[in-house]
Amino acid sequence: MESVARSQSTVGPDTAAPKDATLIYRQSRWTRLTHWLWAISLFFMLLSGLQIFNARPQLYIGKESGFAYNNTVFAIGAENTANGPRGYTEIFGKRFDTTGVLGWSGPAGRETSRAFPSWATIPSYYDLGTARVVHFFFAWILTTTLVVWLVASLINGHLRRDLVPRIADLRRLPRDIADHAKFKFHHTREYNTLQKMAYGGVMFVLLPLMIITGLAMSPSMNAALPFLNDLLGGRQTARTIHFIVMLLLVAFFIIHMLMIFAAGPINELRSIITGWYRTDPPAHGSKTPERSA
Amino acid sequence: MAKFVISRRKFLTSASLGVSGIMLSGCDAFDSQLRVGDGLRSFLEGANGLTWRAQRLLAGDSLAPEFTEADIRQPQRPNGVTAPDDDVYKGLLANNFADWRLEVSGLVEKPLSLTREQLMNMPSRTQITRHDCVEGWSCIAKWTGTPLSLVLDQAVVKPQARYVMFHCLDTIDRSLSGDIKYYGSIDLIDARHPQTILAYGLNGKPLPVENGAPLRVRVERQIGYKMPKYLRKIELVDSFATIGGGRGGYWEDNGYDWYGGI
Repeated sequence: MESVARSQSTVGPDTAAPKDATLIYRQSRWTRLTHWLWAISLFFMLLSGLQIFNARPQLYIGKESGFAYNNTVFAIGAENTANGPRGYTEIFGKRFDTTGVLGWSGPAGRETSRAFPSWATIPSYYDLGTARVVHFFFAWILTTTLVVWLVASLINGHLRRDLVPRIADLRRLPRDIADHAKFKFHHTREYNTLQKMAYGGVMFVLLPLMIITGLAMSPSMNAALPFLNDLLGGRQTARTIHFIVMLLLVAFFIIHMLMIFAAGPINELRSIITGWYRTDPPAHGSKTPERSA
Repeated sequence: MAKFVISRRKFLTSASLGVSGIMLSGCDAFDSQLRVGDGLRSFLEGANGLTWRAQRLLAGDSLAPEFTEADIRQPQRPNGVTAPDDDVYKGLLANNFADWRLEVSGLVEKPLSLTREQLMNMPSRTQITRHDCVEGWSCIAKWTGTPLSLVLDQAVVKPQARYVMFHCLDTIDRSLSGDIKYYGSIDLIDARHPQTILAYGLNGKPLPVENGAPLRVRVERQIGYKMPKYLRKIELVDSFATIGGGRGGYWEDNGYDWYGGI
Protein backbone atom coordinates (compact mmCIF):
# COMPACT_ATOMS: atom_id res chain seq x y z
CA MET A 1 0.00 0.00 0.00
CA GLU A 2 2.80 2.31 0.90
CA SER A 3 4.72 1.83 -2.32
CA VAL A 4 1.56 2.41 -4.30
CA ALA A 5 1.01 5.58 -2.39
CA ARG A 6 4.51 6.78 -2.98
CA SER A 7 4.43 6.17 -6.72
CA GLN A 8 1.12 7.95 -6.79
CA SER A 9 2.64 10.93 -5.08
CA THR A 10 5.39 11.15 -7.68
CA VAL A 11 2.93 11.33 -10.53
CA GLY A 12 3.11 14.82 -11.94
CA PRO A 13 0.24 17.28 -11.99
CA ASP A 14 -0.18 16.77 -15.77
CA THR A 15 -1.14 13.11 -15.59
CA ALA A 16 -3.40 13.20 -12.55
CA ALA A 17 -5.79 15.55 -10.92
CA PRO A 18 -3.64 18.20 -9.21
CA LYS A 19 -5.61 17.77 -6.01
CA ASP A 20 -4.64 14.11 -5.64
CA ALA A 21 -1.02 14.55 -6.61
CA THR A 22 -0.28 16.41 -3.42
CA LEU A 23 -2.02 13.83 -1.23
CA ILE A 24 0.50 11.23 -0.08
CA TYR A 25 0.46 8.23 2.20
CA ARG A 26 2.91 9.45 4.82
CA GLN A 27 2.47 7.45 8.05
CA SER A 28 2.35 3.65 8.15
CA ARG A 29 -0.27 1.90 10.26
CA TRP A 30 2.45 0.97 12.79
CA THR A 31 3.51 4.58 13.22
CA ARG A 32 -0.10 5.68 13.65
CA LEU A 33 -1.05 2.90 16.06
CA THR A 34 2.03 3.33 18.27
CA HIS A 35 1.66 7.12 18.21
CA TRP A 36 -1.80 6.92 19.79
CA LEU A 37 -0.80 4.22 22.26
CA TRP A 38 1.99 6.54 23.40
CA ALA A 39 -0.33 9.50 23.60
CA ILE A 40 -2.70 7.57 25.88
CA SER A 41 0.02 5.97 28.03
CA LEU A 42 2.00 9.19 28.44
CA PHE A 43 -1.14 11.03 29.50
CA PHE A 44 -1.89 8.50 32.24
CA MET A 45 1.75 8.08 33.24
CA LEU A 46 2.22 11.82 33.64
CA LEU A 47 -0.87 12.34 35.78
CA SER A 48 -0.35 9.24 37.93
CA GLY A 49 3.35 10.11 38.15
CA LEU A 50 2.58 13.56 39.54
CA GLN A 51 0.35 11.86 42.14
CA ILE A 52 3.24 9.55 43.07
CA PHE A 53 5.55 12.57 43.33
CA ASN A 54 3.05 14.24 45.68
CA ALA A 55 3.71 11.48 48.24
CA ARG A 56 7.26 12.80 48.60
CA PRO A 57 7.50 16.17 46.86
CA GLN A 58 11.29 16.43 47.14
CA LEU A 59 14.09 15.40 44.81
CA TYR A 60 17.56 14.44 46.01
CA ILE A 61 20.98 13.72 44.53
CA GLY A 62 22.69 10.49 45.61
CA LYS A 63 21.97 7.00 46.86
CA GLU A 64 19.54 8.08 49.59
CA SER A 65 17.43 11.00 50.79
CA GLY A 66 19.19 13.31 53.22
CA PHE A 67 17.28 13.83 56.46
CA ALA A 68 20.21 14.55 58.77
CA TYR A 69 22.01 16.36 55.95
CA ASN A 70 20.91 18.25 52.87
CA ASN A 71 21.01 16.72 49.38
CA THR A 72 17.66 18.13 48.28
CA VAL A 73 17.73 19.88 44.91
CA PHE A 74 14.02 20.45 44.40
CA ALA A 75 11.05 20.69 46.73
CA ILE A 76 7.42 21.71 46.62
CA GLY A 77 5.69 22.55 49.87
CA ALA A 78 3.39 24.82 51.86
CA GLU A 79 4.14 27.12 54.78
CA ASN A 80 2.22 29.41 57.09
CA THR A 81 2.91 33.10 56.57
CA ALA A 82 1.45 36.34 57.93
CA ASN A 83 -0.81 36.33 54.83
CA GLY A 84 -2.04 32.78 55.46
CA PRO A 85 -0.75 29.55 53.99
CA ARG A 86 1.38 29.88 50.86
CA GLY A 87 2.65 27.30 48.41
CA TYR A 88 6.29 27.35 47.40
CA THR A 89 8.66 25.66 44.99
CA GLU A 90 12.32 25.46 45.86
CA ILE A 91 15.00 24.86 43.23
CA PHE A 92 18.56 24.48 44.54
CA GLY A 93 17.51 26.27 47.71
CA LYS A 94 15.99 29.24 45.86
CA ARG A 95 12.36 29.67 46.82
CA PHE A 96 9.49 30.82 44.57
CA ASP A 97 5.92 31.54 45.62
CA THR A 98 3.69 29.19 43.62
CA THR A 99 0.47 29.49 45.61
CA GLY A 100 -2.57 28.30 43.65
CA VAL A 101 -0.67 25.82 41.53
CA LEU A 102 2.23 24.19 43.35
CA GLY A 103 2.25 23.50 47.09
CA TRP A 104 -1.08 25.07 48.06
CA SER A 105 -4.07 24.78 45.74
CA GLY A 106 -7.73 23.91 45.40
CA PRO A 107 -11.12 25.59 45.06
CA ALA A 108 -11.31 29.00 46.77
CA GLY A 109 -11.69 28.57 50.52
CA ARG A 110 -10.97 24.85 50.32
CA GLU A 111 -7.30 24.91 49.36
CA THR A 112 -5.12 22.11 50.62
CA SER A 113 -1.44 21.43 50.95
CA ARG A 114 -0.48 19.34 47.96
CA ALA A 115 2.50 19.55 45.60
CA PHE A 116 0.76 19.22 42.22
CA PRO A 117 -2.85 20.43 42.08
CA SER A 118 -5.70 17.92 41.87
CA TRP A 119 -6.47 18.77 38.22
CA ALA A 120 -3.01 17.47 37.34
CA THR A 121 -3.17 14.14 39.17
CA ILE A 122 -4.89 10.77 38.84
CA PRO A 123 -6.82 10.20 41.02
CA SER A 124 -7.65 13.82 41.78
CA TYR A 125 -7.63 13.09 45.54
CA TYR A 126 -4.52 11.81 47.33
CA ASP A 127 -4.14 8.08 46.64
CA LEU A 128 -0.62 6.80 46.15
CA GLY A 129 -1.65 3.13 45.87
CA THR A 130 -4.02 3.75 42.98
CA ALA A 131 -1.55 6.03 41.20
CA ARG A 132 0.99 3.21 41.32
CA VAL A 133 -1.50 0.77 39.79
CA VAL A 134 -2.20 3.19 36.93
CA HIS A 135 1.47 4.14 36.47
CA PHE A 136 2.79 0.57 36.27
CA PHE A 137 -0.02 -0.61 33.98
CA PHE A 138 0.79 2.08 31.44
CA ALA A 139 4.52 1.53 31.93
CA TRP A 140 3.98 -1.91 30.40
CA ILE A 141 1.93 -0.45 27.54
CA LEU A 142 4.50 2.28 26.86
CA THR A 143 7.48 -0.07 26.89
CA THR A 144 5.79 -2.71 24.75
CA THR A 145 4.74 -0.02 22.28
CA LEU A 146 8.30 1.27 22.05
CA VAL A 147 9.60 -2.22 21.24
CA VAL A 148 6.83 -2.84 18.67
CA TRP A 149 7.53 0.53 17.04
CA LEU A 150 11.26 -0.11 16.91
CA VAL A 151 10.85 -3.52 15.25
CA ALA A 152 8.18 -2.27 12.83
CA SER A 153 10.20 0.83 11.94
CA LEU A 154 13.29 -1.25 11.24
CA ILE A 155 11.29 -3.56 8.97
CA ASN A 156 9.15 -1.00 7.12
CA GLY A 157 12.03 1.44 6.66
CA HIS A 158 10.51 4.31 8.68
CA LEU A 159 13.69 4.52 10.73
CA ARG A 160 16.12 4.50 7.82
CA ARG A 161 13.98 6.61 5.48
CA ASP A 162 12.53 9.21 7.86
CA LEU A 163 14.52 9.44 11.08
CA VAL A 164 18.20 8.73 10.46
CA PRO A 165 19.96 12.10 10.27
CA ARG A 166 21.90 12.82 7.07
CA ILE A 167 24.59 15.34 6.10
CA ALA A 168 21.92 17.28 4.20
CA ASP A 169 19.94 17.62 7.43
CA LEU A 170 22.86 19.41 9.02
CA ARG A 171 23.14 21.80 6.07
CA ARG A 172 19.49 22.73 6.14
CA LEU A 173 19.37 23.14 9.94
CA PRO A 174 19.90 26.95 9.98
CA ARG A 175 17.16 27.45 7.39
CA ASP A 176 14.82 25.12 9.33
CA ILE A 177 15.33 27.12 12.49
CA ALA A 178 14.71 30.39 10.64
CA ASP A 179 11.55 29.01 8.99
CA HIS A 180 10.16 27.72 12.28
CA ALA A 181 10.85 31.06 13.94
CA LYS A 182 8.83 32.73 11.17
CA PHE A 183 6.04 30.12 11.36
CA LYS A 184 6.78 29.15 7.78
CA PHE A 185 6.03 25.47 7.32
CA HIS A 186 6.82 23.29 4.33
CA HIS A 187 4.54 20.32 3.87
CA THR A 188 6.65 17.52 2.45
CA ARG A 189 6.88 13.80 2.79
CA GLU A 190 10.17 14.05 4.68
CA TYR A 191 10.63 15.28 8.21
CA ASN A 192 12.70 18.45 8.45
CA THR A 193 15.84 18.51 10.58
CA LEU A 194 14.17 19.88 13.70
CA GLN A 195 11.46 17.24 13.45
CA LYS A 196 14.04 14.48 13.13
CA MET A 197 15.84 15.83 16.18
CA ALA A 198 12.65 16.10 18.23
CA TYR A 199 11.19 12.70 17.30
CA GLY A 200 14.56 10.94 17.44
CA GLY A 201 15.31 12.57 20.79
CA VAL A 202 12.03 11.34 22.27
CA MET A 203 12.32 7.81 20.85
CA PHE A 204 16.00 7.16 21.42
CA VAL A 205 16.89 9.37 24.38
CA LEU A 206 13.93 10.47 26.51
CA LEU A 207 11.73 7.35 26.48
CA PRO A 208 14.62 4.89 27.03
CA LEU A 209 15.96 7.15 29.80
CA MET A 210 12.50 7.23 31.38
CA ILE A 211 12.34 3.41 31.36
CA ILE A 212 15.88 3.00 32.68
CA THR A 213 15.46 5.51 35.53
CA GLY A 214 12.07 3.96 36.33
CA LEU A 215 13.61 0.51 36.61
CA ALA A 216 16.49 1.94 38.66
CA MET A 217 13.96 2.94 41.35
CA SER A 218 12.73 -0.64 41.75
CA PRO A 219 14.38 -2.55 44.61
CA SER A 220 13.90 -5.85 42.75
CA MET A 221 15.50 -4.49 39.59
CA ASN A 222 18.36 -3.12 41.70
CA ALA A 223 19.07 -6.72 42.70
CA ALA A 224 18.73 -7.96 39.10
CA LEU A 225 20.69 -5.09 37.48
CA PRO A 226 22.88 -3.56 40.21
CA PHE A 227 24.95 -1.57 37.69
CA LEU A 228 21.94 0.62 36.80
CA ASN A 229 22.15 2.76 39.90
CA ASP A 230 25.96 2.82 39.86
CA LEU A 231 25.68 4.22 36.35
CA LEU A 232 23.02 6.77 37.20
CA GLY A 233 24.53 7.92 40.50
CA GLY A 234 22.19 6.26 42.97
CA ARG A 235 18.47 5.62 43.34
CA GLN A 236 17.59 9.16 44.38
CA THR A 237 19.55 10.64 41.48
CA ALA A 238 17.67 8.23 39.18
CA ARG A 239 14.41 9.55 40.64
CA THR A 240 15.53 13.13 39.98
CA ILE A 241 16.47 12.28 36.37
CA HIS A 242 13.08 10.56 35.97
CA PHE A 243 11.43 13.85 36.98
CA ILE A 244 13.60 15.99 34.68
CA VAL A 245 12.89 13.72 31.71
CA MET A 246 9.18 14.08 32.54
CA LEU A 247 9.58 17.87 32.25
CA LEU A 248 11.35 17.44 28.89
CA LEU A 249 8.56 15.18 27.62
CA VAL A 250 5.99 17.76 28.70
CA ALA A 251 8.01 20.43 26.88
CA PHE A 252 8.07 18.22 23.79
CA PHE A 253 4.30 17.73 24.04
CA ILE A 254 3.64 21.49 24.26
CA ILE A 255 5.90 22.25 21.28
CA HIS A 256 4.37 19.31 19.38
CA MET A 257 0.88 20.79 19.93
CA LEU A 258 1.99 24.31 18.98
CA MET A 259 3.60 23.03 15.77
CA ILE A 260 0.50 21.07 14.81
CA PHE A 261 -1.72 24.09 15.32
CA ALA A 262 0.72 26.25 13.38
CA ALA A 263 1.26 23.84 10.50
CA GLY A 264 -2.43 23.06 9.95
CA PRO A 265 -4.13 20.86 12.52
CA ILE A 266 -6.57 19.14 10.13
CA ASN A 267 -3.88 17.99 7.73
CA GLU A 268 -1.51 16.95 10.52
CA LEU A 269 -4.23 15.07 12.40
CA ARG A 270 -5.39 13.33 9.23
CA SER A 271 -1.89 12.03 8.56
CA ILE A 272 -1.55 10.52 12.04
CA ILE A 273 -5.07 9.02 11.93
CA THR A 274 -5.45 7.86 8.30
CA GLY A 275 -1.85 8.13 7.12
CA TRP A 276 -2.73 10.53 4.26
CA TYR A 277 -1.06 13.92 4.20
CA ARG A 278 -1.43 16.85 1.85
CA THR A 279 1.90 18.21 0.71
CA ASP A 280 2.61 21.62 -0.78
CA PRO A 281 2.02 21.73 -4.55
CA PRO A 282 5.26 22.05 -6.53
CA ALA A 283 6.28 25.64 -7.15
CA HIS A 284 5.68 27.00 -10.71
CA GLY A 285 8.44 26.25 -13.13
CA SER A 286 10.71 24.51 -10.66
CA LYS A 287 11.36 21.04 -9.33
CA THR A 288 10.33 20.33 -5.77
CA PRO A 289 13.42 21.22 -3.81
CA GLU A 290 12.03 20.05 -0.47
CA ARG A 291 11.73 16.49 -1.68
CA SER A 292 15.42 16.13 -2.35
CA ALA A 293 16.32 16.53 1.30
CA MET B 1 5.87 27.73 -3.39
CA ALA B 2 2.69 28.15 -1.43
CA LYS B 3 3.27 28.21 2.26
CA PHE B 4 0.92 27.88 5.13
CA VAL B 5 1.27 31.12 6.98
CA ILE B 6 -0.88 32.25 9.85
CA SER B 7 -0.70 35.28 12.02
CA ARG B 8 1.07 35.06 15.33
CA ARG B 9 -2.05 36.12 17.19
CA LYS B 10 -4.21 33.46 15.58
CA PHE B 11 -1.51 30.92 16.21
CA LEU B 12 -1.13 31.72 19.89
CA THR B 13 -4.87 31.89 20.48
CA SER B 14 -5.62 28.52 18.96
CA ALA B 15 -2.57 26.94 20.54
CA SER B 16 -3.39 28.11 24.03
CA LEU B 17 -7.02 27.06 23.60
CA GLY B 18 -5.86 23.59 22.68
CA VAL B 19 -3.45 23.24 25.56
CA SER B 20 -5.84 24.58 28.16
CA GLY B 21 -8.57 22.28 26.86
CA ILE B 22 -6.35 19.33 27.54
CA MET B 23 -5.39 20.66 30.96
CA LEU B 24 -9.02 21.26 31.95
CA SER B 25 -10.04 17.78 30.90
CA GLY B 26 -8.48 17.17 34.30
CA CYS B 27 -8.44 14.36 36.43
CA ASP B 28 -11.43 13.66 38.52
CA ALA B 29 -12.89 12.05 35.40
CA PHE B 30 -11.31 8.74 36.36
CA ASP B 31 -11.87 8.86 40.13
CA SER B 32 -15.11 6.89 40.08
CA GLN B 33 -13.56 3.94 38.24
CA LEU B 34 -10.42 3.56 40.30
CA ARG B 35 -11.58 2.48 43.77
CA VAL B 36 -10.60 -0.99 45.01
CA GLY B 37 -12.97 -3.53 43.49
CA ASP B 38 -13.99 -1.40 40.47
CA GLY B 39 -13.82 -3.14 37.11
CA LEU B 40 -11.32 -0.77 35.50
CA ARG B 41 -9.17 -0.80 38.64
CA SER B 42 -9.12 -4.62 38.72
CA PHE B 43 -8.17 -4.72 35.05
CA LEU B 44 -5.27 -2.32 35.55
CA GLU B 45 -4.17 -4.32 38.62
CA GLY B 46 -3.59 -7.26 36.31
CA ALA B 47 -0.31 -5.60 35.36
CA ASN B 48 0.91 -6.04 38.97
CA GLY B 49 0.92 -9.80 38.45
CA LEU B 50 2.89 -9.33 35.25
CA THR B 51 5.41 -7.13 37.08
CA TRP B 52 5.75 -9.74 39.82
CA ARG B 53 6.43 -12.57 37.38
CA ALA B 54 8.79 -10.51 35.23
CA GLN B 55 10.80 -9.30 38.22
CA ARG B 56 10.95 -12.82 39.70
CA LEU B 57 12.28 -14.06 36.37
CA LEU B 58 14.87 -11.27 36.05
CA ALA B 59 15.92 -11.03 39.69
CA GLY B 60 16.10 -14.80 40.32
CA ASP B 61 17.96 -15.33 43.58
CA SER B 62 20.14 -12.22 43.15
CA LEU B 63 20.98 -10.14 46.20
CA ALA B 64 19.92 -6.57 46.85
CA PRO B 65 22.87 -4.14 46.67
CA GLU B 66 24.78 -3.80 49.92
CA PHE B 67 26.63 -0.65 50.94
CA THR B 68 29.60 0.30 53.10
CA GLU B 69 29.83 1.85 56.57
CA ALA B 70 30.71 5.14 54.86
CA ASP B 71 27.26 5.14 53.24
CA ILE B 72 25.55 5.25 56.66
CA ARG B 73 25.24 9.02 57.03
CA GLN B 74 22.16 9.37 59.23
CA PRO B 75 19.81 7.47 61.57
CA GLN B 76 17.28 5.20 59.87
CA ARG B 77 14.19 7.28 59.18
CA PRO B 78 11.16 5.69 60.90
CA ASN B 79 7.82 5.52 59.14
CA GLY B 80 4.26 4.30 59.71
CA VAL B 81 3.56 3.64 63.40
CA THR B 82 6.60 4.85 65.39
CA ALA B 83 5.30 4.55 68.97
CA PRO B 84 2.63 1.86 69.41
CA ASP B 85 -0.02 2.95 71.89
CA ASP B 86 -1.24 -0.59 72.51
CA ASP B 87 -1.34 -1.69 76.17
CA VAL B 88 0.07 -5.12 75.36
CA TYR B 89 2.99 -3.53 73.52
CA LYS B 90 3.62 -0.96 76.25
CA GLY B 91 3.63 -3.75 78.85
CA LEU B 92 6.18 -5.73 76.87
CA LEU B 93 8.32 -2.63 76.33
CA ALA B 94 8.25 -1.76 80.09
CA ASN B 95 9.80 -5.17 80.72
CA ASN B 96 12.34 -4.70 77.91
CA PHE B 97 10.56 -7.47 75.95
CA ALA B 98 11.52 -10.19 78.44
CA ASP B 99 7.97 -11.57 78.16
CA TRP B 100 7.77 -11.12 74.41
CA ARG B 101 7.63 -14.23 72.24
CA LEU B 102 7.67 -14.75 68.50
CA GLU B 103 5.07 -17.34 67.66
CA VAL B 104 5.58 -19.45 64.53
CA SER B 105 2.40 -21.28 63.63
CA GLY B 106 0.06 -22.32 60.85
CA LEU B 107 1.24 -24.82 58.26
CA VAL B 108 4.32 -26.01 60.15
CA GLU B 109 5.21 -29.39 61.66
CA LYS B 110 6.63 -27.86 64.86
CA PRO B 111 5.01 -24.61 66.04
CA LEU B 112 7.51 -22.42 67.87
CA SER B 113 7.48 -19.79 70.55
CA LEU B 114 10.83 -18.01 70.54
CA THR B 115 12.27 -15.50 73.01
CA ARG B 116 14.48 -12.68 71.80
CA GLU B 117 17.50 -14.44 73.34
CA GLN B 118 16.74 -17.63 71.44
CA LEU B 119 16.58 -15.67 68.19
CA MET B 120 19.80 -13.84 68.98
CA ASN B 121 21.56 -17.12 69.77
CA MET B 122 20.85 -18.39 66.27
CA PRO B 123 23.31 -17.59 63.43
CA SER B 124 22.88 -13.96 62.39
CA ARG B 125 23.35 -11.88 59.29
CA THR B 126 24.38 -8.21 59.18
CA GLN B 127 23.76 -6.19 56.03
CA ILE B 128 24.01 -2.54 55.04
CA THR B 129 21.08 -1.95 52.74
CA ARG B 130 18.92 0.83 51.39
CA HIS B 131 15.37 1.11 52.64
CA ASP B 132 13.04 2.38 49.90
CA CYS B 133 9.76 3.81 51.11
CA VAL B 134 6.77 3.62 48.79
CA GLU B 135 6.54 7.41 49.12
CA GLY B 136 9.80 7.75 47.22
CA TRP B 137 12.53 8.35 49.78
CA SER B 138 15.49 6.09 50.59
CA CYS B 139 17.68 5.61 53.66
CA ILE B 140 20.77 3.43 54.11
CA ALA B 141 21.29 1.54 57.40
CA LYS B 142 22.92 -1.55 58.88
CA TRP B 143 20.53 -4.30 59.92
CA THR B 144 21.34 -7.35 62.06
CA GLY B 145 19.03 -10.31 62.51
CA THR B 146 18.23 -13.98 62.18
CA PRO B 147 17.69 -15.25 58.65
CA LEU B 148 13.99 -16.07 58.36
CA SER B 149 14.89 -19.29 56.51
CA LEU B 150 16.55 -20.67 59.68
CA VAL B 151 13.39 -20.07 61.70
CA LEU B 152 11.29 -21.67 58.97
CA ASP B 153 13.60 -24.69 58.88
CA GLN B 154 13.33 -25.06 62.63
CA ALA B 155 9.54 -25.03 62.43
CA VAL B 156 9.57 -27.35 59.38
CA VAL B 157 7.25 -25.80 56.81
CA LYS B 158 4.53 -28.10 55.44
CA PRO B 159 4.58 -28.58 51.65
CA GLN B 160 1.20 -26.90 51.11
CA ALA B 161 2.37 -23.60 52.67
CA ARG B 162 2.75 -20.78 50.14
CA TYR B 163 2.99 -17.53 52.11
CA VAL B 164 4.45 -16.20 55.31
CA MET B 165 1.97 -13.98 57.11
CA PHE B 166 3.30 -11.45 59.63
CA HIS B 167 1.07 -10.41 62.53
CA CYS B 168 2.11 -7.31 64.46
CA LEU B 169 1.56 -5.69 67.84
CA ASP B 170 0.86 -2.14 66.62
CA THR B 171 -2.55 -0.71 65.83
CA ILE B 172 -2.39 0.89 62.39
CA ASP B 173 -6.09 1.69 61.98
CA ARG B 174 -9.45 1.47 63.72
CA SER B 175 -12.61 0.00 62.25
CA LEU B 176 -16.15 -0.69 63.43
CA SER B 177 -15.12 -4.22 64.35
CA GLY B 178 -12.20 -3.01 66.47
CA ASP B 179 -8.55 -2.08 66.20
CA ILE B 180 -6.65 -3.25 63.13
CA LYS B 181 -3.15 -4.44 63.92
CA TYR B 182 -0.61 -4.23 61.11
CA TYR B 183 -0.32 -7.39 59.02
CA GLY B 184 1.45 -8.34 55.81
CA SER B 185 2.69 -11.25 53.77
CA ILE B 186 5.44 -12.41 51.44
CA ASP B 187 5.83 -15.61 49.47
CA LEU B 188 8.26 -18.38 50.37
CA ILE B 189 10.78 -17.33 47.72
CA ASP B 190 11.27 -13.98 49.42
CA ALA B 191 10.93 -15.59 52.85
CA ARG B 192 13.84 -17.92 52.10
CA HIS B 193 15.97 -15.24 50.38
CA PRO B 194 19.35 -15.00 52.20
CA GLN B 195 18.87 -11.27 52.93
CA THR B 196 15.42 -11.75 54.45
CA ILE B 197 16.14 -11.44 58.17
CA LEU B 198 14.20 -10.97 61.38
CA ALA B 199 16.08 -7.85 62.49
CA TYR B 200 16.73 -7.06 66.14
CA GLY B 201 19.69 -4.72 65.57
CA LEU B 202 20.04 -1.40 63.73
CA ASN B 203 23.32 0.40 63.07
CA GLY B 204 25.10 -1.72 65.70
CA LYS B 205 22.53 -1.06 68.47
CA PRO B 206 19.34 -2.82 69.58
CA LEU B 207 16.43 -2.04 67.27
CA PRO B 208 14.75 1.17 68.56
CA VAL B 209 11.00 1.35 69.17
CA GLU B 210 10.39 3.70 66.24
CA ASN B 211 12.00 1.20 63.85
CA GLY B 212 10.03 -1.81 65.12
CA ALA B 213 11.45 -3.17 68.40
CA PRO B 214 11.75 -5.90 69.39
CA LEU B 215 11.68 -7.48 65.93
CA ARG B 216 10.93 -6.49 62.35
CA VAL B 217 11.44 -8.24 59.06
CA ARG B 218 13.74 -7.01 56.28
CA VAL B 219 12.75 -7.98 52.73
CA GLU B 220 15.46 -6.17 50.83
CA ARG B 221 14.13 -6.58 47.30
CA GLN B 222 10.82 -4.96 48.12
CA ILE B 223 9.41 -1.60 49.24
CA GLY B 224 9.20 -0.59 52.93
CA TYR B 225 5.55 -1.44 53.57
CA LYS B 226 6.38 -5.11 52.88
CA MET B 227 8.61 -5.19 56.00
CA PRO B 228 6.31 -5.25 59.04
CA LYS B 229 7.57 -3.99 62.40
CA TYR B 230 6.66 -5.00 66.01
CA LEU B 231 6.32 -8.67 65.04
CA ARG B 232 4.21 -10.94 67.21
CA LYS B 233 3.46 -13.98 65.10
CA ILE B 234 4.60 -15.61 61.88
CA GLU B 235 1.91 -17.76 60.33
CA LEU B 236 2.47 -20.10 57.39
CA VAL B 237 -0.62 -20.14 55.15
CA ASP B 238 -1.63 -21.54 51.77
CA SER B 239 -3.79 -18.48 51.04
CA PHE B 240 -4.39 -15.07 52.59
CA ALA B 241 -7.95 -14.79 51.27
CA THR B 242 -9.49 -14.97 54.74
CA ILE B 243 -7.06 -12.59 56.45
CA GLY B 244 -8.11 -8.94 56.70
CA GLY B 245 -9.52 -7.78 53.37
CA GLY B 246 -8.01 -10.82 51.63
CA ARG B 247 -5.36 -8.93 49.60
CA GLY B 248 -2.39 -9.99 51.73
CA GLY B 249 -1.73 -7.07 54.03
CA TYR B 250 -2.94 -3.85 55.61
CA TRP B 251 -1.74 -1.56 52.82
CA GLU B 252 -2.71 -4.09 50.17
CA ASP B 253 -6.26 -4.01 51.53
CA ASN B 254 -6.06 -0.24 51.05
CA GLY B 255 -5.17 -0.48 47.37
CA TYR B 256 -1.41 -1.02 47.35
CA ASP B 257 0.08 -3.81 45.26
CA TRP B 258 0.89 -7.06 47.08
CA TYR B 259 4.21 -7.34 45.29
CA GLY B 260 6.31 -4.36 46.34
CA GLY B 261 9.30 -5.01 44.10
CA ILE B 262 8.82 -1.69 42.29
